[in-house]
Amino acid sequence: MTPELKGYLLVSVIKLVVVFFTLLVGVAFVTWLERRVAAWIQNRLGPNRVGPQGLLQPMADGLKNFVKEETLPAQADKTLFLLAPGLAFVPSLVLFAVIPFAAPFPLSFDFSLPLLGQFAYAGPMPMIVADVSIGLLFILAVSSLAVYGIVIAGWASGNKYSFLGGLRSCAQMISYEIALGMSIVTVLILTGSVGLTHVVAYQQQTVWFVFSLTLGFVLFAISALAENNRLPFDLPEAEAELVGGYHTEYSSMRFAMFFLAEYGALITMSALMATLFFGGWDIPFTAWDQGEPSVLKSLATLVVFVGKTFFFVFWYIWVRWTLPRFRYDQLMGLGWKIMLPVALAYIMLIATAVWAFDALGLADGALYGLALFGVNLVALFIVFRVLDSGRLIGQQYVRREGSA
Amino acid sequence: MAINVKLMKRPERDVSYLRASLKGMAITFRHLVAPKWTMQYPEQKSTDDYTISQRWRGTHRMLTDEQGRAKCVACGLCPQICPANCIKLVPGEDEEGHRYPLIYEIDEFRCVFCGYCQEVCPEEAIHVGVHYENSEYQRGRFVYDLERLCAQTHPVSTLWDPSDPRGE
Repeated sequence: MTPELKGYLLVSVIKLVVVFFTLLVGVAFVTWLERRVAAWIQNRLGPNRVGPQGLLQPMADGLKNFVKEETLPAQADKTLFLLAPGLAFVPSLVLFAVIPFAAPFPLSFDFSLPLLGQFAYAGPMPMIVADVSIGLLFILAVSSLAVYGIVIAGWASGNKYSFLGGLRSCAQMISYEIALGMSIVTVLILTGSVGLTHVVAYQQQTVWFVFSLTLGFVLFAISALAENNRLPFDLPEAEAELVGGYHTEYSSMRFAMFFLAEYGALITMSALMATLFFGGWDIPFTAWDQGEPSVLKSLATLVVFVGKTFFFVFWYIWVRWTLPRFRYDQLMGLGWKIMLPVALAYIMLIATAVWAFDALGLADGALYGLALFGVNLVALFIVFRVLDSGRLIGQQYVRREGSA
Repeated sequence: MAINVKLMKRPERDVSYLRASLKGMAITFRHLVAPKWTMQYPEQKSTDDYTISQRWRGTHRMLTDEQGRAKCVACGLCPQICPANCIKLVPGEDEEGHRYPLIYEIDEFRCVFCGYCQEVCPEEAIHVGVHYENSEYQRGRFVYDLERLCAQTHPVSTLWDPSDPRGE
């Protein structure tokens, strides 16, 4: 192996380990945050006993899960039953690998160790685990894998409630994946690249996509809720209807794996929303973060990125404790009759707008983004004024005179 | 479509899902920052908002006279009226003919805390208490004997007064 390859491997492994453990700690923090915010919304205090402000509560929960008995139902398909939590767990964390989380870090080294030989790395180091050029495609591919863990868990449990949960999650995730993918296509049209580093760079040069692709963001956010099985789309779990849905039969650490997967996916989706539509690690109103790499810039952009991600995590929790669950037919109606046509029409709209602006000779830049923002305002008005008055979800809500 | 879904006829302006959702989000956010109702129990036992009623009927207490003896005269009314049959009383009599309880035990596990014992007691000796922290390490400790009943210091319950039915 050449010194460069060894240096690259070393840097990659270190990044991998650091990001993995940070993510797991983040998941623990988010489970705590979920319970605290839930409590606050209900005028309670929530877990505040274990450690300062209850911050060590996730550790206590983890310890409890480790020492609890693991059950295997007699009706279960043993192999699949044991496999499913892992299948659910892995994709939610792998997705984070392609998300850039800070400005490049100035790092270069050239040293040699006994036995291992020489290591060389020419910086700056991109703050992303795997800077793959197929970022968006990777996201679509891996996020579709998450459904397998849940479906297999539901099937292998040998329990009708679990089975129903698995079935629902299958239908739901596949339906909303289409809208999710379609809303990302608009990002693709503007960026002209599927790499997430390019997406961030493009937003730094123009405006954040939340302005130039507002409706796309709305579609993405709603689909993301459905993709993560969060309320108001938590039909696969639906504890009031299906006991616990797909994880009814799971206990101890296997249950905790589903839990980690759910919150891992929540963090990843939030990070993705921040990256795709809120400029990733971009610090707004300044070009300071785009210049020559420095440690300070990396840290500042990291803080900004974490802040944006945290905001969406909070938004997820906030929505969960506000909106009630959809009925199954409403869910499907929203997915297929509203989200998909709107997403398709929106792609056409953006493509037309881009074509028109190019024909008019409008240069890429802030003005371009603002012109798109105008287009989006019109689209938003149409969607929310026209579609939202009385018949947005499922069956026609208002029965007209004489139609009955 | 699920069967028997009731379609309601509502004015269109009331069925904006977006507006309803945003309104809901605003309400939950107000609650998020609002003052909390939780009482931090072991540290904080009583506040202006959370006080235990004077008519609370908790574990028993036997009142004593000036010499520290139980006021009980072992008349036997309390075991007689007790619907849960949790009072064990063995009467005794001293040389001067005063009756007193040789054994007086209340099984707090059997007790239903109706307060009849306090109501029926002619000497105002046995009372139910305004008290709720009763943990023990052994089940046997929940049979309170006379000594223990006399040693309790918590306030006693105010019984229901027919002339003041709401306790005002």
